[in-house]
Amino acid sequence: MRQRRNARRAGYAGWLAGAIGGLLVACAVAVTIGPADVSLAEVVASITTHLGLPGGEVDVLTDSIVWQLRLPRVLTAAAVGAGLALSGAVMQSITRNPLADPYLLGLSSGASLGAVCVVILGLSFALPAAAFLGALAALFATLSIARVGGAITPARAVLSGLAIAQLAAAGTSFIIFWSAKGDSYREILNWLLGSVAGATWTSVAVSASALLLVGTFIVLAATRLDAFAFGDTAAASLGVNVNATRWALLGGVALLTGAMVSVSGAIGFVGLILPHLVRGLVGPGHRRLLPLVAVMGAIFLVTADTVARTLFDPRELPVGIITAFIGVPVFILLIKRMRGSAWA
Amino acid sequence: MGVILDSVSFAIDGQAILSTVSARIPDGAVVGLLGPNGAGKSTLLRLIAGIEAPDAGTIRVGDSDVAALPRRDAARLIALLEQNASPGVDLSVEQVVLLGRIPHRTGVLGSFGGPDDQRVAAEALASVGAESLADRAWHTLSGGQQQRVQIARALAQQPALLLLDEPTNHLDVSAQLSLMSLVRHQVGPAGLTAIAALHDLNLAAAYCDHVLLLNAGRLVAAGPPREVLQPSTISDVYGVEADVIPHPRDGHPVIVFSEPAAYFPSPFPARAAKSSLRPPDTDSMTARASRTEDET
Repeated sequence: MRQRRNARRAGYAGWLAGAIGGLLVACAVAVTIGPADVSLAEVVASITTHLGLPGGEVDVLTDSIVWQLRLPRVLTAAAVGAGLALSGAVMQSITRNPLADPYLLGLSSGASLGAVCVVILGLSFALPAAAFLGALAALFATLSIARVGGAITPARAVLSGLAIAQLAAAGTSFIIFWSAKGDSYREILNWLLGSVAGATWTSVAVSASALLLVGTFIVLAATRLDAFAFGDTAAASLGVNVNATRWALLGGVALLTGAMVSVSGAIGFVGLILPHLVRGLVGPGHRRLLPLVAVMGAIFLVTADTVARTLFDPRELPVGIITAFIGVPVFILLIKRMRGSAWA
Repeated sequence: MGVILDSVSFAIDGQAILSTVSARIPDGAVVGLLGPNGAGKSTLLRLIAGIEAPDAGTIRVGDSDVAALPRRDAARLIALLEQNASPGVDLSVEQVVLLGRIPHRTGVLGSFGGPDDQRVAAEALASVGAESLADRAWHTLSGGQQQRVQIARALAQQPALLLLDEPTNHLDVSAQLSLMSLVRHQVGPAGLTAIAALHDLNLAAAYCDHVLLLNAGRLVAAGPPREVLQPSTISDVYGVEADVIPHPRDGHPVIVFSEPAAYFPSPFPARAAKSSLRPPDTDSMTARASRTEDET
């Protein structure tokens, strides 16, 4: 048993190290890709210069492309991908619902609505807080509707999430139409489908600090999440304060989702796909699952965003379109695998 | 560890589930919790486990008032096997047993697992005779194997009190007997007490030292199975006729059931009632058919 365990531990360390290496490579390569040619050496030179480290010279134009445009965008995509994937993993475990995801259960749309409300009031500094409140309200509404007339099953939760997401999306579109001048279609698309095209260093700060703060909290709760494998009663009989844990973690998820949506709009399916993929690699134990889910989510969204901005160059797709093209087939696969009681 | 129930009452939405249940459960015994569906067996187990607190009365496990224990302390003292438990994700048998170590992990660093976890889990699995299943996926096990692994998980909690909610449900005869015998063997020596909600009175008579008989939330009788499981008591609580005979091999009580007289409706009124239920339009159609025949 011990040998097997050591082998597995080595295997996991390999996966995590490989994934972190992969993330660094994906970010670096993503920064070189775009309308203006930038070499990997120039990317490194620009970063080292800004960090005050010794490094090569780089011309001003290339430097501003790297430092002002592409790097914030890539780092935002990485943080948002990690945050959404972690959110999905936590929601799936704590609600024992393989289809739980901040997008499918309406949190993302709720966060978009909250964000848009403060944007039109000109209170952009309150963006993350409003998005958090929006996500929290949407979560509360979804669970309340799902609970009407019985226990919360995966199917009920997804249907309620759909209703809330539609309502919040309609609200978001309405507010933008009612208030915006000029190119409101693009703005609606960015909030509803998600995009990191407008990312700045502020976006990086908001998304990365939320990821660090809430992500640490979630990873430290890994053992308590394991205890939910057989449901609420089993978790309680294993010494977990079920209600306190559930609400603390769901609140954390709302905060994380809110922060991510405030910088990127509602990007779908990242939180749905990644946890299932990573469970397939390292199993369902959360101490292994959560760190790897975060890194893989980051790689996924950095890659998807790079595809989104280069596929129809010079035109850009909102990255949510790419994640939906990949996510919906996975969603169908998951439904195919769910049988019997889960739908009852 | 012994358990003392002192006028325990519990209601859900104003409806009484348990009413002033008082009982003393001896240390180191296998105890059967008996009663018809809805008698309050599962609820009583949840209260003893401390998952819910009684509305009135107290439950003491050893020296502790369960309702006042912090959750983690309760989980180190009391393990619960739920009915029909199944995990929401694909877990291996080893991972299921390791869940039992969760209450023993403390603090931020402890959440990464104690050094004893692997050893205790392996021992627990061995003590239920399931070490060969360690690497199997939970959902590929038979019902009997799953219950065995659940007991290993519960033993990994190193509890003083083991609660089992209908552990033999859906198991074949051989798995039922071997499960009860397993529980029997775990109890006693290490100071472990087991309380099992059971539907099968004969399993209770064969394996329990002590039984509690509940009906509609009230304790009807308590004591050794031979004393509690009397034909008149069974008839009062379950509404079936019963005879208690000695087991041909070891003499423990065996209960055989007969349907009560009230279950046999007289065949004649029943048949008469049936004929009157013939659909009326069949009659009229036959009548119409015969009339047309007459006319032609």
